[in-house]
Amino acid sequence: MYKIVDKKVLNSTVTRMDIEAPLVARKAQPGQFIILRVDENGERIPLTVADYDREKGTVSIIFQIVGATTEKLNRLSAGDYIQDFVGPLGRATHTEGLKKVAVVGGGVGCAIAYPVAKKLHESGCEVHSIIGFRTKDLIILKDEFEANSSKLVLMTDDGSAGEKGLVTDALKRLIESGEKYDEVITIGPLVMMKFVCRLTKEYGIKTIASMNPIMIDGTGMCGGCRLTVDGKTVFACVDGPEFDGHKIDFDEAIARGSMYREFEREAHCRLMNGGKENA
Amino acid sequence: MPNMSLKKNEMPSQAPDVRNKNFDEVALGYTEEMALDEAKRCLHCKNKPCVSGCPVGIHIPDFIAKVAEGDFEGAYKIITESSSLPAVCGRVCPQETQCESKCVRGIKGEPVAIGRLERFVADYHNKHFKGMPEKVKSNSHRVAIVGSGPAGLACAGDLAKRGYEVTIYEALHTAGGVLVYGIPEFRLPKDIVRREIDSLKALGVKIETNAVVGKAVSVDELLDDFGYEAVFVGSGAGLPRFMNIPGEHFKGVYSANEFLTRVNLMKAYKEDSDTPIRRGKRVAVVGGGNVAMDAARCALRLGADEVSIIYRRGESELPARHEEIEHAKEEGIVFRLLTNPVEIIGDEQGFVKAIKCVRMTLGEPDASGRRRPVEEKGSEHLIDVDTVIISIGTSPNPLIKSTTTGLETEKWGGIIVNEGGATSREGVFAGGDAVTGAATVILAMGAGKTAAESIDKYIKSKNK
Repeated sequence: MYKIVDKKVLNSTVTRMDIEAPLVARKAQPGQFIILRVDENGERIPLTVADYDREKGTVSIIFQIVGATTEKLNRLSAGDYIQDFVGPLGRATHTEGLKKVAVVGGGVGCAIAYPVAKKLHESGCEVHSIIGFRTKDLIILKDEFEANSSKLVLMTDDGSAGEKGLVTDALKRLIESGEKYDEVITIGPLVMMKFVCRLTKEYGIKTIASMNPIMIDGTGMCGGCRLTVDGKTVFACVDGPEFDGHKIDFDEAIARGSMYREFEREAHCRLMNGGKENA
Repeated sequence: MPNMSLKKNEMPSQAPDVRNKNFDEVALGYTEEMALDEAKRCLHCKNKPCVSGCPVGIHIPDFIAKVAEGDFEGAYKIITESSSLPAVCGRVCPQETQCESKCVRGIKGEPVAIGRLERFVADYHNKHFKGMPEKVKSNSHRVAIVGSGPAGLACAGDLAKRGYEVTIYEALHTAGGVLVYGIPEFRLPKDIVRREIDSLKALGVKIETNAVVGKAVSVDELLDDFGYEAVFVGSGAGLPRFMNIPGEHFKGVYSANEFLTRVNLMKAYKEDSDTPIRRGKRVAVVGGGNVAMDAARCALRLGADEVSIIYRRGESELPARHEEIEHAKEEGIVFRLLTNPVEIIGDEQGFVKAIKCVRMTLGEPDASGRRRPVEEKGSEHLIDVDTVIISIGTSPNPLIKSTTTGLETEKWGGIIVNEGGATSREGVFAGGDAVTGAATVILAMGAGKTAAESIDKYIKSKNK
């Protein structure tokens, strides 16, 4: 069992938790992920490492409440325990040698983009962060990005904060204004990453996208997380989760992501209705 | 007087059209009367050919003699001298190619049902004796084991019995390896696995679940920083192979590993499990091994109307155990033999809707000695399916190799060991599927036992 040592509500649908998991905290790096199970009948879900404290032995996760499992997790409080917590899994973000990078995060993906921006910033890289949200109330980690970026652009779909528009609009403008990036790192919804990659391909800027497909074991055993990258089948859990964005088959990843949509909707409904079906 | 019946005592089992709708155990086991009667078929040959067929060398005629006397607990003691998981092996061992294939009674008639007797003895013990083994006095030497499958459990048990302080590191949340994620409940009830693991814990074996060696901690660290004197790697062959044909990315295409893990480890067949699974109506399982049979029979139990095995060679080439094939057929699994998939077809939403296959004929024998299947020209045909489960084998996970200094492996990933299970790295031993590639539970157990003996010798010689 793994203790929740802290819980912070970041906005109405996004929560941060610090989990006591010394074996994971020892080795965790930005870009890696963990898999957790809330309770004995729970499913295994992957969540990217948002932060870690090696001395305290804690790992932070930030999750959006999207289905039954994240809803159940969100109902727990500091002091409660979760059943299983395993990691760190996957490969860490490659940051060596980068001098100037644009980090493009969307929605809850910003939770994953943030430790990457922080690590780059701490290693002396010039970081331009572009973070996008649907609306003002959903903004997370703005101050944290601000402290770790030499330039921050905040975008909202409805213009309720920052600029109105998409992250791709801001990225395009920066590139057009003459900013020369060694690399663009993008983390967020698949559709957003697809369009970020399409844009940077036009300009020939290397782009890394962080994928978060359906997964069970996280060690290469099930193959459920397979993606097509550069025409080859790869497993996000062991070969990724980060890949060359210009080579990822995003349309296939988007289709595969909807495999259990019906099941997830039903499970979420059941939970919200206190276990009664069709209530 | 021995019982000279030419036939084995049949083992009672659930009727095929009942069991294909539930996940309860198929075979029900011998009654005491059946066990006594079967045990009397043993001729107690002087040279004991059956023992030579057992990878862990169980004293088979001796335990059968105890059964014949009605001393079932005495029989259990004899089996556990050599095997740490009798209730498991009595269920999943391929006895027909091991001990029973050497039985003299099999020359004229059927061999003694050694597997069924082993199962009976273990179940009898588990039913009547709730006590657990006692911890052996510690010799204060520490050994780490990577993986809690059959190889790791056998190695841990033998070392703990010799006084070693053993810790098993398991990547998943439940111990047991393939016994819990791979083999279905109806063939190996998980309570049995749990009990075997509990008895190892009673012996003093510690199990750290959710610990991925190669990620959270490396083999190097286990030896250098964690204070273990030796490490046994029993990490199995968990990496699924795909066919690399078009359409493998459609929704509804599973590796057998994923499908079975969802069903068995995550209990997706139960109402109260949060893990989703596609309950296909028309399911194709590609492959002809035991894992393919398990996947097909699970799919049927999840409510499929038709489940077929698609295999590119013929019936006699099917690698699965004869008993598993028979059980699958009785339950209504369709065998599409000499058939090979070339493409999976999807619908507009990206779900599987058909599998395109070609017919094969058997040509000249290939390197494996089996006749090579050759495609029949113009034999392409579509089979309507909504789920495809690919069960064409697995290979060792490269995680340990890539994070352990000086560990040599074969090109295909298998860890290279000597006959005692020692690897190229001092203090590191290995066994089971991680060494051989996908094989059987009992061979992995045998390798675990061999390595335990080598580890014991290694640590003793180092501390002289």
